[in-house]
Amino acid sequence: MSRFKSLRERALKAIERPPEHGPDLDLSEYRIEEPGYVKEEKLSDLPSSVLEKAASVGIDVEESEVSGTYFQVDYEVVRRAVVERLRKRGVVVMSIIEALRKYDWVKDYYWRAVQVDTDKYTAVAELYLRHGYFIYVPPVVKVEEPIQACLFVSCNNIAQPVHNIIIVDEGSELNLVTGCVTMANKGLHVGVSEFYVKRNAKLTFTMIHGWAPRFDVRPRAAVIVEEGGTFIGYYVNLQNVKSLQAEPKIVLHRNSTSYYTNIIIGKGRSMIDIGAVLIFEGEGSRGELTSRSIIDDESTVIMRGTLMAKAPRVRGHLECKGLLLSDKARGEAIPVLNSLSKEAELTHEAALGRISEEELLYLMSRGFDEEEATSLIVRGFIDVGISNLPEKVRPSVISALDLISKLARG
Amino acid sequence: MKPLLEVKDLYVEASGQVILQGINLGINEHEVHVLMGPNGAGKSTLLRVIMGDPRYKIVRGTIKFKGKTIDSLKPYERARMGIAMAYQTPPKVSVKLSYLLNKLGNPGSDDHLIELLNLKHLLDRNLHYGFSGGEAKRAELLLTIKQRPELALLDEPDSGVDVDSLAVIGKAINELIEKGASILLVTHMGHILKYLKRVDVLHVIVGGRMAYSGDPEFIDEILSKGYEALFNKVV
Repeated sequence: MSRFKSLRERALKAIERPPEHGPDLDLSEYRIEEPGYVKEEKLSDLPSSVLEKAASVGIDVEESEVSGTYFQVDYEVVRRAVVERLRKRGVVVMSIIEALRKYDWVKDYYWRAVQVDTDKYTAVAELYLRHGYFIYVPPVVKVEEPIQACLFVSCNNIAQPVHNIIIVDEGSELNLVTGCVTMANKGLHVGVSEFYVKRNAKLTFTMIHGWAPRFDVRPRAAVIVEEGGTFIGYYVNLQNVKSLQAEPKIVLHRNSTSYYTNIIIGKGRSMIDIGAVLIFEGEGSRGELTSRSIIDDESTVIMRGTLMAKAPRVRGHLECKGLLLSDKARGEAIPVLNSLSKEAELTHEAALGRISEEELLYLMSRGFDEEEATSLIVRGFIDVGISNLPEKVRPSVISALDLISKLARG
Repeated sequence: MKPLLEVKDLYVEASGQVILQGINLGINEHEVHVLMGPNGAGKSTLLRVIMGDPRYKIVRGTIKFKGKTIDSLKPYERARMGIAMAYQTPPKVSVKLSYLLNKLGNPGSDDHLIELLNLKHLLDRNLHYGFSGGEAKRAELLLTIKQRPELALLDEPDSGVDVDSLAVIGKAINELIEKGASILLVTHMGHILKYLKRVDVLHVIVGGRMAYSGDPEFIDEILSKGYEALFNKVV
């Protein structure tokens, strides 16, 4: 049986399988249309309403500071491009559907880090694959100017199942900046992402999400970091969302490193269940997982984090902290440390709290009214992990954090 | 000389306990006032009440600033009118010092003070997280100066501070004085006073009452004889 056929069969068996965490969704509520074309448009040809939304999640719509762009609206890839200099060196940015057709070896990375039958969301991404990006950086190529990817949902009541594969080959570097955003009220985004960071390679990945109050989001991601490699992940959710559940898995081989940060705002009645699993597979690997949640209104935010040590001399630290801004908000922190090696050092810190009256009063005596003081404290609370990011990707993350502190004025 | 702060017959309670009784205090523009008194006399309370700390209740009397009654104003409204306070024991605040300085406005204008007060290494840290006693005092003073106050309330800027820090704290306060701010400075032992270019009026609070207001020369007598010997008769 061909690999594709067996993937399809496994997906069919999993199409009813509920996720391990988070609310279950009825997939029949969403419409999925046929995959659209791959186009060669300029971003400036897109409607300004789309560009404004994309810019709000950190997309450089003028493409002046990036070396490549992948832009998908609903089921259509409107742009995929990489600057000539990098194209000549073998850097590839295209739709996953194109890549699977064009390069035989891409199938070896397809559903290798993420299991196709994990749950109904991975299944739907296989059975109804509607593009997603494929990015490849060949060995010893340093892509300093970021490559950006935007997954955009414009129509109501649709599901957008995409599959992304990112391969940073031996000794290479890539800064990947992604933004997912919608102008629809209701919909579902299912994003499967498989990251392969090869020996001594480095990938910095930022993802900023701007959804809507009736939107459901189910990313399914895994990262494999080979010997001596580095993966830095930074995720920001900055809008009200109906439900969001994600728990990317990061597998760290010998002497590899990962820093992963989640910054979450829960607004309205959002139900957010977010975390990450770091698996220390190789000796000498190190990793940190940091989560910060601002939990407002009637929202619920569950922060999970798992560190699993399977090899000697590994070091991991886990931090889950939440700030509750409303009496009806609910926060939960579930840190898990799991060690199979006596020489592993795993630590964690978890805290849920409110803004202290004394801190507020102090800032008020410095001239800030209550809203300004709250926003200052929120901004300080979520100000983590920026120093791990390269200079070139910091501005978009910093403006996302600024936006959160404005939204979270109690 | 124009009056800046006028405290009249002020009675203050906290948790049902009377802390200040019939305090009168007038500070004109550009004047430097020092407030002394034994532990628990109510010195810090008076400063906090002037700043608008809601944990204290004014039961009688009024506070006027620039001719306006401020008793019911929120702390930020008072700050915006021109009052700033350097806390004696400030809380931890989860905002980076540099970020807060920026938000207070006039970016770059007080860079020499960051040098003078030796705070450069703390700019990137959350305010008062793991600061030493001296660092906390210096950071409080910097933030207070940055607010460009017309009245600076300095609550024991000299307690628990080593001699070198005392000298720079003194210099920074002198800068405030030169800029024309009025100052109400609380000190327990008076260590800071010899570094100040000028003190205009000395006040002493004992047991929640104003026991002395007048010539600053009186400090010497306080420091040599102690509060008990001097004020048992006065109170």
